[in-house]
Amino acid sequence: MKIIKAPLSTEDIEQLKMGEEVLVEGVIYVARDAAHKKMVQSIQVGEDLPFDLQGQLIYYAGPCPAPPGKVIGSAGPTTSGRMDAYAPLFIERGLKGMIGKGPRDKGVIESMQKYGAVYLAAVGGAGAYLAQRILAADIVAYPELGPESILKLTVKDFPCIVAIDSQGNDIYDRPNGSEKK
Amino acid sequence: MRQVHVENISKAIAEAVIEANTNLPGDIKDALQGALERESLASASNCLQIILENAQIAVCEKVALCQDTGLVAVNIELGQEVHIVGGELEGAVNQGIRDGYQRGYLRKSVVNDPFDRINTGDNTPAIIHIHLVAGDGLHMTVFPKGAGSENMGQLAMLKPSAGMEGVKKFILKVVREAGGNPCPPIIVGVGVGGNMEKAALLAKQALFREVGQKSSRPELAAIEEEMLVQINAMGIGVQGLGGDTTALAVNIETYPTHIACLPVAVSLGCHCTRRVTVDL
Repeated sequence: MKIIKAPLSTEDIEQLKMGEEVLVEGVIYVARDAAHKKMVQSIQVGEDLPFDLQGQLIYYAGPCPAPPGKVIGSAGPTTSGRMDAYAPLFIERGLKGMIGKGPRDKGVIESMQKYGAVYLAAVGGAGAYLAQRILAADIVAYPELGPESILKLTVKDFPCIVAIDSQGNDIYDRPNGSEKK
Repeated sequence: MRQVHVENISKAIAEAVIEANTNLPGDIKDALQGALERESLASASNCLQIILENAQIAVCEKVALCQDTGLVAVNIELGQEVHIVGGELEGAVNQGIRDGYQRGYLRKSVVNDPFDRINTGDNTPAIIHIHLVAGDGLHMTVFPKGAGSENMGQLAMLKPSAGMEGVKKFILKVVREAGGNPCPPIIVGVGVGGNMEKAALLAKQALFREVGQKSSRPELAAIEEEMLVQINAMGIGVQGLGGDTTALAVNIETYPTHIACLPVAVSLGCHCTRRVTVDL
């Protein structure tokens, strides 16, 4: 299976095609609802973000606490659609990839095409399995948000499928599949 | 009167939430295995394999199957011959959840208010339903349900003239709109009849029925099968990524209703539908 290194290069992104199964390796950032809201507020008032979005991959997740002897608890993807309101602004600011589960709206897909970004789906509900592919986890920002804090993860052999590629091909866009909003 | 101390209730609930979050019910494991054997799309087979391996890792290492360890619904059938001592019942249930989520390294996903949205830090309060029944038993079911699937549930107050066809159309609409969001393969819980809240409760109750166990009413069992075939033909597939496996079961529960009502609720359970029953 193809291995892709995070942060992603422009060539990597262009080559990734919808439906392709990949293994992610490298550094990715965990952020979900509350962290997105805070980051957007920071952008609006011109504050620095907790991490530079340039070239990065954000993983939509809210892991369980780490049991003793483990770097992280169960850590599967959450529903990406809830971040659709925030994602285009991040993509405009340099975000190159997102990992989550479920479909994205038109606004996100159009931004991905315009700025060259990719959306990967991980297996939802496989948090115990995916946690084993996470080698390190550190809190980067917003510890007060608990499970919604921003984390920096080092991952290896983290299985994903290219759900929406940078040309806008969408695995969820099937005649009988999930409806487009 | 049989006496039951609240400490025993808290202890049982704490163990039940840990068990539910780490050990996938056997009927769901079997159904996933069956789906894997039938699946024709390679990427969907890979996902099913990961899901089955995930269940194995979770139970062996005592870690949560899914990081969304849910908001816990607790249904209690309390025998009227039981006397709860040492405190009050709902407080004991919430204490059990607090202890279990702490001890089991489970995620705390409850916020204090739908608008303020401050995490309560201990996954309480639970949603508790208490039914007083005959006898001296204390029967409790815990149902930690994640939001990915919970957010995809819907309810409709149909006109009686819509009949069975209207109910079938609504079931298919809910599943289609949910797409990959509720983490398919899903279990489709359907509640028909009663009033607004009764239909919703029936839909949840339907998720408790074991996969493979059909409705005791033959005409409803046939509809369940028909719906299952049609849902799997939609091609949503595992995780919404395509393939043959969208649902593992469709379970329909009914209740008497008003002459002018046909309420129908559909609640979707993910492939990680967690449920544990405790008798004290």
